Amino acid sequence: MGISRKKFIDYVLGGSLIGWLGSTLYPILSYLKPPKIAEANVNSVKAGLMTDFAVNSSAILKFGRMPVILIRKEDGEFRAFEATCTHLDCIVQYKADQKQIFCACHNGLYDLHGQNVSGPPPKPLIEFDVNIVRDEIVVSKPKQV
Amino acid sequence: MMKSKIFNWVDERFNISPLIDFMKHKEVPVHKHSIWYYMGGVTLFLFIVQVFTGILLLLYYQPGVDSAYESVRFIMTKVNFGWLIRQVHGWAANLMVFFIFLHMFSVFFTKAFRKPRELTWITGMLLMFVAMGAGFSGYLLPWNELAFFATKVGTDITGAVPVIGDMMKVLLRGGDDVTGATLSRFYAFHVALIPAIMTLLIGLHLMFVQRQGMHEPDHFKNDPKRKVISFFPNFVLRDALLWLIVLNILLYLAVFFPWELGLKADPFLPAPEGIKPEWYFMFMFQTLKYIPAHVWFIEGEVLGVLGFGLIALLWVLVPFWEIRKKPGARFRPMNIIGTIGVIYIVVLTILGYME
Repeated sequence: MGISRKKFIDYVLGGSLIGWLGSTLYPILSYLKPPKIAEANVNSVKAGLMTDFAVNSSAILKFGRMPVILIRKEDGEFRAFEATCTHLDCIVQYKADQKQIFCACHNGLYDLHGQNVSGPPPKPLIEFDVNIVRDEIVVSKPKQV
Repeated sequence: MMKSKIFNWVDERFNISPLIDFMKHKEVPVHKHSIWYYMGGVTLFLFIVQVFTGILLLLYYQPGVDSAYESVRFIMTKVNFGWLIRQVHGWAANLMVFFIFLHMFSVFFTKAFRKPRELTWITGMLLMFVAMGAGFSGYLLPWNELAFFATKVGTDITGAVPVIGDMMKVLLRGGDDVTGATLSRFYAFHVALIPAIMTLLIGLHLMFVQRQGMHEPDHFKNDPKRKVISFFPNFVLRDALLWLIVLNILLYLAVFFPWELGLKADPFLPAPEGIKPEWYFMFMFQTLKYIPAHVWFIEGEVLGVLGFGLIALLWVLVPFWEIRKKPGARFRPMNIIGTIGVIYIVVLTILGYME
């Protein structure tokens, strides 16, 4: 025997302690991790009639639980982007005077293609598709995402 | 005598004579920096105020997306003196963080963190972080617009921590987004978890201070004209007077500078312009504005989080790497480091409010 009785007992007790800690902590940590709640998979949203939107204005649409900003440019064209700033999660707004998308939390700026122009945002906003079906505006998720 | 009978009864069972003896002989040094001895006491007083007003607010507050904002408004408008209790709670929180800062920097500049007080410093630092956590979690509870976005930004920053960030963000938010689940969690942190941790840490911190006695500056220890006052009753009475003054300041601020409730949080409205965090997070918030999106190959916010994390860690470990003044040198290196820190915090805070 290369192992003394005392050492053996130390290993057994130490091993059980680790096992006990693991079996106690595992359920607690798992409990803290929230379960995924099934989310209705929204692919497109009807935003309303074209006549509801003035040129050079914007609105925020509820796309499931995701906010999407719909902008009607000065030339009358519509554009839609995910409204969550790529920097730290705030919700962006359309600045009609500067014709840019702005995040008030840390002064992030995007142009009307969703490209991050200045400030801290690291990535462009994800663009959504806008289709007009008989005067009604339909915003839908881009195919790739 | 009734009094001595009761005392003897208790003493026989718990042997409290040595404790009374300890109290009788406890002394507080008197010198030109003695004023700083009061800052920890004031912080403790404000913590007690927080526990009391917090329990009172619990009687009417109802967490939940549909009830939190409404119940706070109810407290502010319908409950007798509800406005006062809420304002005192809000102001005492701010004053507590302010006095923690004062206490910490006074300990830093008087070098009171040195051996044997390393663990006192560390428990103090942990108390500061937990107190900021109390402020952060309490800020969300009224479920107003500012609180909502402050929480979004604050929790998203933890998401920038490499490797474990995403998991931490989900654990804090109770999901991927800031929702009612986040409110429930922050409520549990704010009223149960954090007060329990703070009580434990305060107990340790105070026990350490009692075992070690007050720190005395070097010039004072060898002074032949060294003066002291007894802790009980002289120092305690001065403490009590200061607590009374702070309570009056607190009531004055609560009555004349109330915190506004603002608009109810709406996850489908843009962040309002001029959005700001609480003042004690302002210098970090302002720093994040200045860091560009990408620095070399690191994302700006990751750099910010890692930078502040590293500075915080170094600050906690100050007793273990303190740079001592060389004999004959004109400046004390630690005082320069501390002064730079204070100036940085003050300047960025002011810049944050000027924008």
